[in-house]
Amino acid sequence: MLQHLSLNIEETAAVILFGVGFTILLLHRNLIKKIMGMNVMDTATYLFLASKGYITGRAVPIVVDGVQEVEAYINPVPSGLVLTGIVVSVSTTALMLSLTIRLYERYHSLDLDEILIMAKEEEQT
Amino acid sequence: MSRRKDNYETSRWLKFKTWVDGETDPLSSGMDPTEVIPESRMRERRKDLARRKAYDEELTRIAAHHEGKTEIMKARGIRYFQKFYKVMSVILCLGIILVLLWTVSALPVTGNAGNPANNEVAARYIEKGLQETGAVNIVTGMILDYRAFDTFGESCVLFIASCCVLVLLRLDADSKNESIKKMIAESDDRHFEPKDDIILQKCACVLVPVIMIFGIYIVLNGHLSPGGGFSGGAVLGSGLILYLTAYGYRKMSRLFTEKVYRRTTLCALTFYCLAKSYSFFTGANHLESGIPLGTPGAILSSGLILPLNICVGLVVACTMYVFYTLFRKGGM
Amino acid sequence: MSFVQNFPFFSIIIAMFSGIVSSVLDGKKARNLSLVMIAVTTALSAGTLAFCLGTGESYTFMMGHFPAPWGNEIRAGVLEGVTAVFFGVIMFLAVIGGLEHTAEDVEEKKLNLFYIMIDLMLSSLLALVYTNDLFTAYVFVEINTIAGCGLIMIRQKGRSMSAAIRYMIMSQLGSGLFLIGLSILYDVTGHLLMSPAKESVEMLVAEGSYRLPLLVIMAVIGVGLAIKSGLYPFHYWIPDTYGYATPTASAVLSGLVSKGYIFLLIKIFYRVLGYENLVSSQMANVLYVFGIVGMVMGSLHAIHETDTRRMTAYSSVAQIGYIYMGIGLGTSYGMVAAVFHIFTHSATKALLFISAVGLYEVSGDKKDYVSLRGAGYRNPLAGIGFTVGSLSMVGFPMLSGFISKLLFATSALESPHKMLPTLIVLAVSTTLNAVYFLRLVITLYSRRRPEDAPIPETVPRKSWHLRLAILCFIGVNLVLGLASQPIVQAITDGLAMFG
Repeated sequence: MLQHLSLNIEETAAVILFGVGFTILLLHRNLIKKIMGMNVMDTATYLFLASKGYITGRAVPIVVDGVQEVEAYINPVPSGLVLTGIVVSVSTTALMLSLTIRLYERYHSLDLDEILIMAKEEEQT
Repeated sequence: MSRRKDNYETSRWLKFKTWVDGETDPLSSGMDPTEVIPESRMRERRKDLARRKAYDEELTRIAAHHEGKTEIMKARGIRYFQKFYKVMSVILCLGIILVLLWTVSALPVTGNAGNPANNEVAARYIEKGLQETGAVNIVTGMILDYRAFDTFGESCVLFIASCCVLVLLRLDADSKNESIKKMIAESDDRHFEPKDDIILQKCACVLVPVIMIFGIYIVLNGHLSPGGGFSGGAVLGSGLILYLTAYGYRKMSRLFTEKVYRRTTLCALTFYCLAKSYSFFTGANHLESGIPLGTPGAILSSGLILPLNICVGLVVACTMYVFYTLFRKGGM
Repeated sequence: MSFVQNFPFFSIIIAMFSGIVSSVLDGKKARNLSLVMIAVTTALSAGTLAFCLGTGESYTFMMGHFPAPWGNEIRAGVLEGVTAVFFGVIMFLAVIGGLEHTAEDVEEKKLNLFYIMIDLMLSSLLALVYTNDLFTAYVFVEINTIAGCGLIMIRQKGRSMSAAIRYMIMSQLGSGLFLIGLSILYDVTGHLLMSPAKESVEMLVAEGSYRLPLLVIMAVIGVGLAIKSGLYPFHYWIPDTYGYATPTASAVLSGLVSKGYIFLLIKIFYRVLGYENLVSSQMANVLYVFGIVGMVMGSLHAIHETDTRRMTAYSSVAQIGYIYMGIGLGTSYGMVAAVFHIFTHSATKALLFISAVGLYEVSGDKKDYVSLRGAGYRNPLAGIGFTVGSLSMVGFPMLSGFISKLLFATSALESPHKMLPTLIVLAVSTTLNAVYFLRLVITLYSRRRPEDAPIPETVPRKSWHLRLAILCFIGVNLVLGLASQPIVQAITDGLAMFG
């Protein structure tokens, strides 16, 4: 198993980062760190995808000098998926940051538990 | 342990260390914002401090009130719970990582040409992509022609995210609501803006044209070289942001207002939507699209890809700039 | 190729286009455009359904000039048609029913943004229903999530914003898992379109290679979408989210958004991973266990709740549990029951949220049991609507809830190992449902006591929108309850076309 992991070193790094990001997003109390965790998780997935598209010794999929053999280029599909994914994660990050700004202005805290408690109190008064 | 230098307190290392620790702000000596904090903001800050203090007092009061064993037990319980929580989160993290590592160890080896992912799909993109889409950059050809529906959805993700940010952060200047007026006054950060910073302006003078031209180059060459609408648009947006920070809102508003933003996004997305609808419709009904692909490698080639890249570039540039202005002061 | 076959594509594009155009319209125009758009797309979906029923076959539609493994594709069949029509109807009624409250809760200048969210949400739901491509599904899941978050936080109250960020966090966890699942799936199959991916999955299963990655893919995609649809242990975001959003948003979120994800999950199970593989790999049993735990626990939480809107939200947790239990039964009957319960639940929950609005209006906008005492007399139609919804959730004959419980019970008889627990949990859950829903109905029709705090005098709004919506929702419930046979038949046919 370890030998296989060392051959798949990029994927190994990617899934470790994915686990770390996932846990931070799920369990950390600070909103900004949660957002960071989300970005780590997304980026880890892109690393995973990008390494899946790579083929040793081949070039980026941009046609040079009219060479169109399959043997010349890496797999273009994962690159396209990563491009799409990056835009999605930029959008969600912007949305979550703006929500955080509004919540901070209202409750002067970044701690999600504290925010929830204060929101509850505010509702009751 | 080595001896401390005599002038340790003034050394750069200490400054750096305190900065790393987040104790000092290196810019704080350069800009002194305390003089110009608006009264409303100060009041808010004081209220905030008072509230914090009240919260702490409340906690100590409760602690004092319920003296005795049960309270200590409770406090201990909370502490145990926090420890338990930390341990559990580490275990969860390790669990996810282990399962995924186990999976990775069963996956095909990276970089091997015989992997299942390198099948006839990728082969056709590479072998026929140039003839079928006219794009030299195969990835661009793939995302804007073969799999264009995904990419259209992706532009819509950006569009709807910018709508959500508008909902949250836009403050309407002519609003009658008192609280919104107060928020506008508070979020007006022009007091903190370095006024007519000569260094910044001169640098921007040199850099902005270069950045803009580079951005336009990336957008226009999306089908020929690495790049495309999204990356070029991000570069263009950063150029706009640099111009804004150097010259302020007043100069910027001559060029770029909310109206311009709305119209640009509307036009770009409408064109995108119509163009792609046309190509989906003709494709599904097996009609000729009648759009010439041009000579591969020329700037005016590859059919709809170039105009689509321009549209995407415009949308992304505007959205980036709008995100920045909204995050800073809630409007353009 | 007949012209009708273009309709699914038209409906998605029209919904998106009206969202884009709404960004420059003012609130009222955006609202009208949105209503017209929903009506038009529903009509188009009905056309698709009629076409598919007529030919008795499903078809794929190329999105572009390139055929299956290369270009994007959408697919329409009977089940897709039924679901799309149904989603359109529920969306239309939810928007109509909450019209006044939306105008009140949202700042006037941001009203058009609310309708942009509605438009794009409908387009993403339609795309999730029709899609035949996994990555398209991911992109539209994200649109759906962001639009849902927008609908929650557009009220700009503290509670709804904290609910929105919780929703966003949980959804992002789900999306992350879904995306990594897709990446692994792409790595072992090399395809993103559903049909070729299924072929290679079948080949891998026959060869016996990549057994572990396939299991992990099932688990990761299943858990990801379960988090997003609010299955029991991942339900923490539901009560706040449904409880503090504007009524239209509550109805849409509880009725449609979570159902869109479940529909996608069913589609992926059938059309990519293979339902037999799901059953043989014990993943179905895991979903089954989560489902039955959710059925009981959701109801217990609902009994504890004093805020009636949060109570209704907790009952959603229980109902989602029903759906996952049906998926987990591992038989095609169970799946039919689960799909039927998707319809039942979205019609009934939307009815409950919308008619509850009418009751809160006449109770000084309070949501606890004491204030609602006698509200059924003060707003008769809303009271009837709420009663019908509650009875349907409990499983009163003639209403849709009865049919879905009947379907669950009969399908349980088909799977011998799971028969006993299913029937017991169905009985327990029905009793618990009855406890909290009938308690509220009795409260609605009991006389106010003299010691109750007086209700502030509010002029009851004579809004025909709300009444129309409640009446139509009751109608939908009765149709599902009385004319269930053709619908169940259509679902069975549609699932057969999936396979």
